[in-house]
Amino acid sequence: MERSWQRWLIRFGVFIVMAIICVPGLWIVMTAFRDNVEVMARPPVWIPERWTLDNFRAILGLSDSQQGIPVIRYFMNSVIISVTSTVLAVLIGMMGGYAFARYRFKGKNVAFLWLMLSRTVPGISLSLPVFMIWSRVGLIDTDFGVILVYLALNIPFTIWLIDGFFRQIPLSLSEAAQVDGCTRWQAFWKIEFPLAKSGIASAGIFAFLTSWNEFALASQLTRTTASKTLPVGLMDFTAQFTVDWTGMCAMAVIIIVPALILTFIVQKHLIAGLTFGGVKG
Amino acid sequence: MRFFRSRLSPPILLLMPAFVIIVLVVAVPLLFSLYTSFTGYRLVKPDSLWQWVGLRNYQRLLSDVDFWWAFGRTLVFLTVALNLELVLGLGIALLIDKLTAGQRVIRTIMMFPMMFSPILVGFQFKYIFNDNVGLVNNAIQSLGWENVTIPWLVNPITANLAILMAEVWMSTPIFAILLLAGLMAMPRDPIEAAKVDGCNPWQVFRHITLPYLMPFVYIAMAIRSLDVARAYDMVKIMTNGGPAGRTELLWTLIARTGYQDARMGMANAMSYASILLSVYFTVYFFRKLAAARRTMGGVE
Repeated sequence: MERSWQRWLIRFGVFIVMAIICVPGLWIVMTAFRDNVEVMARPPVWIPERWTLDNFRAILGLSDSQQGIPVIRYFMNSVIISVTSTVLAVLIGMMGGYAFARYRFKGKNVAFLWLMLSRTVPGISLSLPVFMIWSRVGLIDTDFGVILVYLALNIPFTIWLIDGFFRQIPLSLSEAAQVDGCTRWQAFWKIEFPLAKSGIASAGIFAFLTSWNEFALASQLTRTTASKTLPVGLMDFTAQFTVDWTGMCAMAVIIIVPALILTFIVQKHLIAGLTFGGVKG
Repeated sequence: MRFFRSRLSPPILLLMPAFVIIVLVVAVPLLFSLYTSFTGYRLVKPDSLWQWVGLRNYQRLLSDVDFWWAFGRTLVFLTVALNLELVLGLGIALLIDKLTAGQRVIRTIMMFPMMFSPILVGFQFKYIFNDNVGLVNNAIQSLGWENVTIPWLVNPITANLAILMAEVWMSTPIFAILLLAGLMAMPRDPIEAAKVDGCNPWQVFRHITLPYLMPFVYIAMAIRSLDVARAYDMVKIMTNGGPAGRTELLWTLIARTGYQDARMGMANAMSYASILLSVYFTVYFFRKLAAARRTMGGVE
């Protein structure tokens, strides 16, 4: 009897936690599909009475009533910047991770420490000098300028993750392949790469999420539609005293959906990635 | 090509691209910013970049009340947030570990806040705590106090609590997911043996479960410490340091000094304080992680 009572208590506790995690996001999603009048309504309307796509039409510039914000441009910029910096960061991370996992060399620990420390520099602190230098060399407000910075943000973490995965693959496997006539290059692609795939995938996801979601640096290094990303574009909705709530919620949905889809596809690898393969997902 | 082959070993070649980029984007700019912190550089007066003022920026900083308030607030904020995230994450992990079904679904739901952009989390809580249209005030009014509108983000105390809540909402699930992974991987034999020997649940937790989980705690802390400054995004959109600078963190103060007031020299001096703070947190947790791995051996 007591055990079933306990079980319900646990379920109730989990339910409360899940509610706290889900309700803020659901509230945003509901507002995105809500009529603007309902937001201000007294008494409050909890569940939208009429679901509408008007907010999306408005921010995409498809309705006549309101001037649109170039969301599609921002979206394209975000995709270009995030995908490019992720692909490059994973490639460079694989090279670096392999070097740290498979070779002994002088200054290895020091190199690793400095690599990690470079990642801890707060975005806003890094943005000051990068802003000054980029504006002198003409990289301000270009995709390339942002990609370069995001590469530097992502490389240390991808190296850290991928190094952890390569280390768990016994050296004897690739040695055996080399004895059988593979070159080291072939042994890497045929033995080590397939085994480390889930680690590489999770490194890629983290790199993508970092680039997709970054704000502090992008808000200073981008100026116009030429390179503004979605998180920076979100600030377009706040004027000094007014906030376009429904528009901002619609924009929020546009930002979160790609990240959500991607994460659910590879979620199995994510936990293995976070614990450096020590625990299977 | 032959020159490179003979001079550079494979690991150096493999690490070359990573280091070139880090040097270009992080090391060189930081050296430049170190230089700038010794000048009176203002964005509006380009010539002032060459105006060497020695330690004046740092001297002013030491006697700047606003800076010390922001610095102290940042320190308190980080300490409270990290501890709260750890305790709540541990609680949630233990709770979910006891569930008999649906663990996978729940773990997936918990990944939700991880995907959110910090700026989005800030916006979300700005909306929820808004005095006119926010969820919290709506709920209070629906419960019967119809004339109550609490200005959450205007009152300094509740504004700080709202920011703390946004931060905790975003990061607690990472702790919960990692600790849950640890709990699930934990061998059951020692627990059974301890129970047979007469340990009560608290003793089992304190002497068997918790030590086993410590490496996972430090992994979570180490990952978290790499990115402490993202609270900047949340504060920026929620209160922008207001009301009257009462939610100003070190990072928002840097942005205000550098970009709004255009006092780049001063801002760079401040940003060195913030960098040292971040480095301290990171080194501390990476050391703990390394030590925990050494004692645990197998967990990695």
